[in-house]
Amino acid sequence: MITLAALVVLLPFAGAFAGMLGGRRLPQPWVACVPVAVSAVLAAIVAFTVWRSPGERTGTLTLIRTGSLPIRVGLQVDGLSALVGIMVCCVAVAVQVYSVAYMADDRRYTSYAAFVSLFTAAMLLVVFAGDLLLLYVGWEVMGVCSYFLIGHHWEDRANSRAAVKAFLVTRLGDVGFLFGIFVLGVAARSFAIADVLARTGSMSRTTLTAAAFLLLCGVVGKSAQFPLHTWLPDAMAGPTPISALIHAATMVAAGIHVVARLYPVFWSVPSALSVLGVVAVVSMVGSALAALAQDDLKRVLAYSTISQLAVMAAGLAVGARSAAVFHLVSHAAFKALLFLAAGCVIHATATNMLARYGGLRRTMPVTFWTMTVGFAALVGVPAFSGWFSKDAVLAAAQHGALHHGYYDIADPAAVLPDPRPIVTVTPPVPAGATFQTFTVSGTFQAVAHQLPSGIAWTIYLGLLLTIALTAAYSARAWLMTFFGEPRGATPGDTRDATPAETGGEMQDETGGAAGGEMHRETGGDAPGITRGREAPKLMMWPVMALAVPAALLGFFGLGAPELRPELVSSLLGVVLVAAGIGGVWLVWNREPAADPARVLGPVRPVFARAFYVDELYTLVVVRPVRTLARAVAAGDRSGIDAAVVGTARAVRRLAGPLRIPQNGNAQSYLTALLGGVVVITALVVIFG
Amino acid sequence: MIFLLMMAIPACAALALLVPKARFLPDDASLGRFGILVSGATLLVGLSALTAFDFSRASRAQLAVDRVWEPSLDLRFHLGVDGISLPLVVLTALLTFLCLLYTYRHPPAGGRLRLFTALLLVLETGMLGTFTALDLILFFVFFEVVLIPMFAVILLWGGPGRRAAATKFILYTLLGSGLLLAGMLLVAVNAGTLDMTELARRHGAGVPHGVQVTGFLLMMLGFGVKAPMWPLHTWLPDAHTEAPTAGSVLLAGVLLKMGTYGLVRVAVPSAPDGARSCAAALGLLAVVGIVYGALACLAQTDLKRMIAYSSVGHMGFVLLGIATLTPVGVNAALFGNIAHGLITGLLFFLAGSVKDRYGTGDLARIGGGMLGTAPRLASFLTFAAVASLGLPGLAGFWGEMLALLGAYRPDAALSRPAFVTFMAVGGLGAVLTAAYFLRLLAKITHGRPRDSSDAAVLTAPTVYEYAAWVPLVALTLLVGLWPKTLLAVTSGPVRALFGGIG
Repeated sequence: MITLAALVVLLPFAGAFAGMLGGRRLPQPWVACVPVAVSAVLAAIVAFTVWRSPGERTGTLTLIRTGSLPIRVGLQVDGLSALVGIMVCCVAVAVQVYSVAYMADDRRYTSYAAFVSLFTAAMLLVVFAGDLLLLYVGWEVMGVCSYFLIGHHWEDRANSRAAVKAFLVTRLGDVGFLFGIFVLGVAARSFAIADVLARTGSMSRTTLTAAAFLLLCGVVGKSAQFPLHTWLPDAMAGPTPISALIHAATMVAAGIHVVARLYPVFWSVPSALSVLGVVAVVSMVGSALAALAQDDLKRVLAYSTISQLAVMAAGLAVGARSAAVFHLVSHAAFKALLFLAAGCVIHATATNMLARYGGLRRTMPVTFWTMTVGFAALVGVPAFSGWFSKDAVLAAAQHGALHHGYYDIADPAAVLPDPRPIVTVTPPVPAGATFQTFTVSGTFQAVAHQLPSGIAWTIYLGLLLTIALTAAYSARAWLMTFFGEPRGATPGDTRDATPAETGGEMQDETGGAAGGEMHRETGGDAPGITRGREAPKLMMWPVMALAVPAALLGFFGLGAPELRPELVSSLLGVVLVAAGIGGVWLVWNREPAADPARVLGPVRPVFARAFYVDELYTLVVVRPVRTLARAVAAGDRSGIDAAVVGTARAVRRLAGPLRIPQNGNAQSYLTALLGGVVVITALVVIFG
Repeated sequence: MIFLLMMAIPACAALALLVPKARFLPDDASLGRFGILVSGATLLVGLSALTAFDFSRASRAQLAVDRVWEPSLDLRFHLGVDGISLPLVVLTALLTFLCLLYTYRHPPAGGRLRLFTALLLVLETGMLGTFTALDLILFFVFFEVVLIPMFAVILLWGGPGRRAAATKFILYTLLGSGLLLAGMLLVAVNAGTLDMTELARRHGAGVPHGVQVTGFLLMMLGFGVKAPMWPLHTWLPDAHTEAPTAGSVLLAGVLLKMGTYGLVRVAVPSAPDGARSCAAALGLLAVVGIVYGALACLAQTDLKRMIAYSSVGHMGFVLLGIATLTPVGVNAALFGNIAHGLITGLLFFLAGSVKDRYGTGDLARIGGGMLGTAPRLASFLTFAAVASLGLPGLAGFWGEMLALLGAYRPDAALSRPAFVTFMAVGGLGAVLTAAYFLRLLAKITHGRPRDSSDAAVLTAPTVYEYAAWVPLVALTLLVGLWPKTLLAVTSGPVRALFGGIG
């Protein structure tokens, strides 16, 4: 079992290694696809075994002594890791197969495919790691893979900047994450996840609070939540399949996965969950608004990812761990589908700009239908996967809001280290409140999970608003892409799809990226007006395959009581979805050739630039650091080094006068001798 | 005996090079082969020491030679290694071998290869002696032996500002050595022995507190110059920038380690009370160095100068590890020593290759697009930069991470809030480290070349360049992916250092 899990992790790693070293001698597409496909099969076997006999299994390969706590090189398999593991493998297979066609003309396909494999392996390590430091290794390796992949078209400085930004912003959060691991590990006297969770109950409140907040830094960075979300929209500079990989299965999913994995820690720190909830609300509403005004299809999807991850974070904040993980999985399916389908659209039209699409429904029917499935799942049209998972989160949030911020813990097993603890639910003390009393390794501790009522309401209302906004921006992107008249662009136009034309300086980076990709993809063949040609078969297969789970995955949730749709929340959701779509449709219908976002009026640029957060960071962080760096470099020379050199000079100057008596001049020696004799004689005469 | 042999080979070879040119190795090619042969033989002896070493008793000094040297002063010629010094000995032999291998095809500008080879071999003798000596005076002698050849290497084969750089290097480090000698003698005379294993075994027993503090402070300053510890680092950027490639590699890869090795081997065990009193100051200077080095790197415009400043930051992590006075911190320091030796050695080799091809180390003049014009060189540079910024899975990470872990829970006698603050600041330093390396990569490897004609000029890496790079890459990967290779060797003796059972 653990051996299988180890193979799941190691196969893509070996694939990456072989691909990197083998170069052109190896059949690269096979080296890229086969290991991860085998991993997917093995992950499915692992998941099946866990499904048949639940419970966690751990295995340790070796213990590394460090002088303090040892590092346990080992893996852990349980329901969560099996589920997320299979999700990662499936998306990775789809991306690798898709890339074979998408990147067919790319000279650097070898390194590209190898980094995708490494990325997958790192994420799988995060998923299966049985030790916090091992998890951190995977966590960081993902960061560097994202750097390489986002910067794949490094000829363009803008892509390079986006890559650096992604790495640095996430790394900033990761420092906090590492410290959180230290706090937990030292308090639990072990870095093994099972030990840490088992000893959560005996840790002091201060320790847990510190750990939870520090871990949140990393989670917020990796899962692109406010205030560290700015790297994700720029990450669109990478090739489109990479966006699918980053947004669906790896990287951003890691943050949510880790919170779910270490949920008992967060569960016992309500303040951390409150902060997570508020962060989630800001992220989900803010980015949904930003998505509404983007001109670039990939950027719409990027902001939608931030928003949807925030929905998962909100689910975790209100105690609905299963619902959050459920949404993570369904989101992986439909977001990967959306990105890969968007890749087909970009492949066919050679532009990212929504304004240049239109009427693609007729010429690209397969892409149209698959993408429609994706949007329906994203929006939460009933019976599509997103509807089930989003509703589960909404129901939990609603319950909390209506009960003064007290949350039923939907799935106690999630909070407790399986399988030892015993759960006893004591009668509620205040009306509607539920206390959980559970045992952790023999020590009893009552944990009541309560968020301030205001925060509970904020989360709930934020979710409702997000549902409406999601429907609106999805409808806008969908209508502008597939309906209306083909707008297209003249060849000259497409080539100079300059940011100025397409909406603001902010598009600078992706505009450039799109330009870069476009040149490559069209390879000099004039795109003319929007061509409607389906992408190669190798690209369509993964897209069609992903459409199946995106549509049907939701029904798996019916197996668990806490994931079944609830009447009130689901009705409310449907009404809001209808309102969102309807509103956009009305605006669009009046003038199908124009962008429905025009009704936003003066706030549109504010939304389009995502509330100027980037500009703020440039002003507050980037520039001061640069100035400081220049000051240090100059100060090193004029301050510290000058002091050293100055000391040397002073010594030499001091040595000047001392040198006179020994300068080798016999005349001055004799004069001094004579003078000395005179002085001594005089002294003897006077005092003698 | 094995270490006597290991040091005798390069020393005798260096002496042999005094034979007039006409009689022995008349041309540069045979001279280069001679250098490779000698340093290769030394490396082989080092590797055989590795096999002869009993890893189950890594905390004992093994393969020892203990002869009377000067009975009237009770000086002994005592050599030996334990788990702390063994990795450094092998690293020294490896880097010297790679330097001579590289020099064979890429000799430093300035000719006189005979003298250059001889100096590198003398340098190797001194470095090996420093890491194997177990007698204080012997240690100091070897510590000083290293200075002169390095001074000559910088002075004779350096860049345009070599004279000032070499002078600063020698005066500064000699000043440090003076303080070091005073500190060592102060402690040794009070303890009544010059034997390093004996000094470590006594844990400062019988040495008054005041003497320990003074002694440790002097040694800290002395070793701190070498390490280099902020603010005693200013000799380093000049020396690294001006030195020829082989000089920079050995300077960064081995010479800096002598400072931190000395702290672990001599200063901390012989004056533990003094160490506890000074640890907070050492920790503070270490984290200032981390952040200061990183900020200075962010604003550098020269490739070699930037790598030089990066050493200040990296050695800051090593010093922070030592300052925690915990086994994990010292393990981190020893790990960081090796990792920095491998990675920064690689970086300086690469910087040398870049300079060879572009004729300059100035980032703006190099321009961009190296991944397009010299893809192999740029890929190796990217690897080295990523390793140096502390990516998990590569060597640089473990030393930094364990140093921070040590700072999270320092020795019981130290102020925990202070060290937790150091940890937080050090963590920010790690982000800044990533920032400057990515800035470097973005500046020179990304983008388009400044001038399309550049593409034709750049030659592919030669076999000898690969030969210098690949072992370092492989070891960086090995140690990074399987940190147990090093930690298993060092953690026993480190525990013994703190009075535990090894």
